[in-house]
Amino acid sequence: MSALAFFIDPSRCIGCRACERACAECETHRGVSMIHVDFFDRRESIASAPTVCMHCEDPTCAEVCPADAIKQNEDGIVQSSLKPRCVACSNCVLACPFGVPKMIVPMEQMMKCDMCYDRTSAGKRPMCATVCPSQALAFVSPEEIARDRREQPVNVFHFGNQEVVTKVHLMLPLARTALEIDVADQIWEEMP
Amino acid sequence: MSRSHPSLPLWKEDVSFRAADERFVMRRQFGRAMALTSLGMFLGNLWILGRTWTRRLAPRNPSAVVVAGVSELAIGQVKVFAYPTQDDPCLLIRLSATSWVAYSQKCTHLSCAVVYESETGRLACPCHHGYFSAATGEVLQGPPPRRLPRVHIEPRGFELVAVGMEDDRA
Repeated sequence: MSALAFFIDPSRCIGCRACERACAECETHRGVSMIHVDFFDRRESIASAPTVCMHCEDPTCAEVCPADAIKQNEDGIVQSSLKPRCVACSNCVLACPFGVPKMIVPMEQMMKCDMCYDRTSAGKRPMCATVCPSQALAFVSPEEIARDRREQPVNVFHFGNQEVVTKVHLMLPLARTALEIDVADQIWEEMP
Repeated sequence: MSRSHPSLPLWKEDVSFRAADERFVMRRQFGRAMALTSLGMFLGNLWILGRTWTRRLAPRNPSAVVVAGVSELAIGQVKVFAYPTQDDPCLLIRLSATSWVAYSQKCTHLSCAVVYESETGRLACPCHHGYFSAATGEVLQGPPPRRLPRVHIEPRGFELVAVGMEDDRA
């Protein structure tokens, strides 16, 4: 695999959803997009953020899989569940801290972003990164991103006590070396 | 086999999510295992066959052994004796004043010890409820595939002598 890396900058996302359409074009999962764009508080804000698989070094989805169906290959790409093994239990869907795996109910199989492994393993860029007009999804070399962007690429996330190191980088404001996420704060509770 | 990630708990290594850690069984490995297993079974069967043949060739009429006195057993009574070797328990049964029969005690099904039931005149195997006729040794009921091997008993004077074993391989 080439030295190119994946960088996500949600602040650049304009919510055009071109990435979703491009992803769904792929013949390995035609019609089903492995990427999704989230819109936050749409009445008040135009903020949106694309979510691709972060390809963790120790993928929680694979660790919780009871059927050993999710495999991380030699390039560190966490792949979709193996069809003969996946039991459609949705453990991975619940466990992933980034909310990436999707249970495709009609197929009774979990499918997820594999960073277009057919393309990236041959030196091409993932479909979503090729179509992103604002390069919120960028598949470039680290030198190029350091040269062109002000933000800092970060690939360490703290979910409470769990440290997750990922292959995909998130662009954060400078002087941030890790993204701290207070898990308890994210748990929805009814207001008194 | 040496461990590739000694710091990880064993179960994590056993079901590693890393494709590189998967220990695939190759087709040739599988084929070799199958071939060796069948070869082992073939040799085992040869060994069993050879053992059966050598036993069959061995002399089947060992020396006569005094089993009991003529008046030792009352009618319907049973005595256990060993014949032709110490490891072959047999049953001597007095059926009437003048007739004695003796059979190997090993059930022909799974070699449980049979017991004599004097009220029905049967030899019963308690393991799987196999029944043999005490008069002939024939199977009356249950899973045994063959009749009990009979020991030929001859009264000589005041003694009962076992003089030979009926061929149990019929």
